[in-house]
Amino acid sequence: MSHASSTPGHAHITPIWQGIPTPKFAVWLFLASEIMFFTGLIVAYISLRYSLPDWPVAAELLSVPLVAFNTFILICSSVTMVLAYDSAERGDLRRSSYLLLATAILGAIFLSIQAIEWADLMGEGVRAASSMFGGTFYTLTGFHGTHVAIGVIWVTAVALKAFRGGYDENHLGIELAGLYWHFVDVVWIILFTIIYLI
Amino acid sequence: MGGLIPGASTFAGPIDSLFMIVLVVTGVAFVLVEGVLVYFLVRYRHREGGKATYTHGNRRVELAWTIVPGLMLFWLAVYQYNTWINAKIFLPGSSEALTVDVSANQFEWQVTYPGPDGLLDSPDDIKAPINLLHFPVDRPVIIRLTSVDVLHSFFIPALRVKQDAVPGRQVTFWFEAIEPGEYELACAELCGLGHYRMRGQVTLESQAEFDAWLADVAARSQ
Amino acid sequence: MTHVHEIDQQLEMAPAPELSFLRKYVFSTDHKVIGKQFLFSSLIFFMFGGLLALLMRTQLAWPWQEIPILGKYIYGSTGNILAPEGYPALVTMHGTIMIFFFIIPVLSGAFGNFLIPLMIGARDMAFPRLNMLSYWFMVPAFLVMLAGFFVEGGTAAAGWTSYVPLSALSDMIPGSGLGQTLWIISLVLVGTSSTMGAINYITTIVMMRAEGMHMFRLPMTLWALFITAILVLLATPVLTSALLLLLFDRTIGTSFFLPEGGGNPLMWQHLFWFYSHPAVYIMILPAMGMASDMISCFSRKPLFGYKPMVYSIMAIAGLGFIVWGHHMFQSGMNPVLGITFMTSTMMIALPSAIKTFNWLATLWQGQIQLTAPMLNALAFVSTFVIGGLSGVFAAATPVDIFLHDTFWIVGHIHYVLFGGSLFGVFGAVQYWFPKMFGRMMSESWGKVHFVLTFVTFNLVFFPMFLLGANGMPRRIADPYNYTYLQNLQGLNQFMTISAYVLALAQVVLIANFFVSLFRGQRAVDNPWNANTLEWATTSPPPLENFHKVPMVYRGPYEYSSPQAEEDWLPQNRELLPAPAD
Repeated sequence: MSHASSTPGHAHITPIWQGIPTPKFAVWLFLASEIMFFTGLIVAYISLRYSLPDWPVAAELLSVPLVAFNTFILICSSVTMVLAYDSAERGDLRRSSYLLLATAILGAIFLSIQAIEWADLMGEGVRAASSMFGGTFYTLTGFHGTHVAIGVIWVTAVALKAFRGGYDENHLGIELAGLYWHFVDVVWIILFTIIYLI
Repeated sequence: MGGLIPGASTFAGPIDSLFMIVLVVTGVAFVLVEGVLVYFLVRYRHREGGKATYTHGNRRVELAWTIVPGLMLFWLAVYQYNTWINAKIFLPGSSEALTVDVSANQFEWQVTYPGPDGLLDSPDDIKAPINLLHFPVDRPVIIRLTSVDVLHSFFIPALRVKQDAVPGRQVTFWFEAIEPGEYELACAELCGLGHYRMRGQVTLESQAEFDAWLADVAARSQ
Repeated sequence: MTHVHEIDQQLEMAPAPELSFLRKYVFSTDHKVIGKQFLFSSLIFFMFGGLLALLMRTQLAWPWQEIPILGKYIYGSTGNILAPEGYPALVTMHGTIMIFFFIIPVLSGAFGNFLIPLMIGARDMAFPRLNMLSYWFMVPAFLVMLAGFFVEGGTAAAGWTSYVPLSALSDMIPGSGLGQTLWIISLVLVGTSSTMGAINYITTIVMMRAEGMHMFRLPMTLWALFITAILVLLATPVLTSALLLLLFDRTIGTSFFLPEGGGNPLMWQHLFWFYSHPAVYIMILPAMGMASDMISCFSRKPLFGYKPMVYSIMAIAGLGFIVWGHHMFQSGMNPVLGITFMTSTMMIALPSAIKTFNWLATLWQGQIQLTAPMLNALAFVSTFVIGGLSGVFAAATPVDIFLHDTFWIVGHIHYVLFGGSLFGVFGAVQYWFPKMFGRMMSESWGKVHFVLTFVTFNLVFFPMFLLGANGMPRRIADPYNYTYLQNLQGLNQFMTISAYVLALAQVVLIANFFVSLFRGQRAVDNPWNANTLEWATTSPPPLENFHKVPMVYRGPYEYSSPQAEEDWLPQNRELLPAPAD
């Protein structure tokens, strides 16, 4: 049976089910729909790639070391996000704020490096319209990048709110931003593997 | 009227009898369900002072009407496998069959027959006049179907054949006609403005008549 | 552990500030208002979609003849006659509008929104502002879709199924230009709206149930809306991904679906149907749930087999994800998949059959009241059965070789969607109208509407099975171009005339609706003596739904219970133990 949590003096009551507060439950539902969205794209990619006789070797067109570094950046941003949540759990909201900001900055760096990669690739003549490799590459990384950009904005907003003391009483909002951020990171791991490594 | 239009291929027998079997099964289900429905509406109509039976269900009855229809439906599926496999997975040997290319485009059908060498994709192939299709009876015909532009669908109702024509790929299917006569080919996949007039004239005839027609077509195109 | 009703007492509702007209009726966060917004927009699109159908029926009866009255306004430039490219456009827009702008929004958007908080004893949805946003994403979707009628080339015309390459290449049919692009954008907006709604509904049902409202005390309406929302959540994003890939093929030169660039036209079909098959369950499950509640109420009997009914809905939803290939039997996909998809498709008939038997068993030994809502709920059952049985023919892959893309399928879909969903909607509108608007609709006009609709519906749609068995393909502007179909013109004319009468019959319902809105008899809290929680408050409910949040003591189907003198026993009525003597 659902019960609720409330903090003294705070009028907002959040029903809880199996230990999951309502907003967190909703974010998980949202992530489920996002997983299905990326599944559609990834299935299309795999099906098209393996139906075509020749497919460029990713390493020849793209700089795998650069992208590996970029992946490392994104993973670092997930680490800072985990540390941010951890700090908030322990009541150190100031430290959490800085770590949230670091997460957003690392995310922005990821996007910048991705932009450089795109520019390089276009310079080599690979465009969305020029080949199936190009079409699938820009579509997959483009939708992922859009999700990262939205994440950067979200995490920055959370960081600013944390600086102003908005999460002193209830830091669920930090956890929710973290869930989204980790999801975006996991999608990248999958894309990195199927586009660059395999 | 209890079935499909008259058939003219070896598929018609099996397909039409499958249609009939489904018709009987669903027909019985229909009569029973609708009959019971109407009967209950009359019999259990609200009466002054009447009381409904208070029950939440019955486990045995639920099991019965789960298992019995479940088995029937499964059997109905399995029973169809052979006919489907024969129509769409099996292909007759190319030595006895006549293999023909059919190409669909907005909004016409183009058939290409093998020439005297008996092979397609060779210089002596014979292109039939647009929208005219002739096939011999009592001999398997293999069709290699493709489209030049958008999706179309090769549908000859009398032969019980339907196959989508997909641009960029060749789909192979077969039939064996048994009833000579004049029939029609319809496009069964929306393909644009002229979809409704993408009509083919199909002639099923004896091997001899077919050979004569083909020779005539070849001669005219010289 | 704090209980919801205790929190409620703590919350001490301060009197709500007086809201402006805009905040109260336009940009409202109140689920009841949002539900009505969905209801009114859906009904407007229903009429528009119906008009398009009448134009189609007119063409099929008298091809290329001058269309009386309307021809002047719609086809003036082509001599009041359907333009050659008009038919595929009509077919496309009829399907698109009925599916995305009528059935799905009226079931999930209108009834889902209105009923969910009331039936679980909550004050509103979990996320009222997200709820408002979900309606306001539909409005641009409406506008973008309608804009297609005014652009060069007209609306999309590649079918509501939008198969490629016809829909991907701008020069393949008028309407494959800007019209098709607008269609894609509109559906992306609809999908976003649906997904927001689904998140809200699932969260609300799980999180905000009143004390005592265990999941297995939910009325079937809510189980159905809940499972439907899960389908929406998981299936819609796949359609969105397909739509965006199609948009890219059309606009930035990619070739995901185009063979020249290495793409695969069949992949569109797989992605599209992966969503669109669950979509048909999105379109029927809420109606099944509502029919269950109405049938139980008007039989004055508990629903027979409540748990099997719930599990059947879950089975329909689950199996619904593995049958999509039955739309593609003749598509050129690997024919071995015909075997697997046929088997799963035959099996999905089973849970629907189980539900039908349980509806019949609910009627058995009941005290049946043939009210207007009940008549429509029964029409749902009887016509849904025909729709379902006709589907068995199409599931039989060898038989489908003949039936695919013929009018057999059109008959099948209209028996399940019109016969099923729409009669369900007619019943639901008349059943919940008192709760929504505080007035009663006319019972006698409801019965007139029912009789006219039921008869003419069958006259229009049953012959479609005959057309299909005669090999008449779908989406053909002039069937009589084929010699073998010429003898069907008489039947088509009969169907068209019946369709005109069917359309006129709907005027009865519309008039009943609007006249009752202003002049209907004032409704009491519980005009049907029903058990579910929405009837435990006023008609219409106050802004906060319940003056006092209900406490739930039992399931929703305790009709004719030995524990009560009346033949109904509401979920929230506390039964005090008899005093010991």
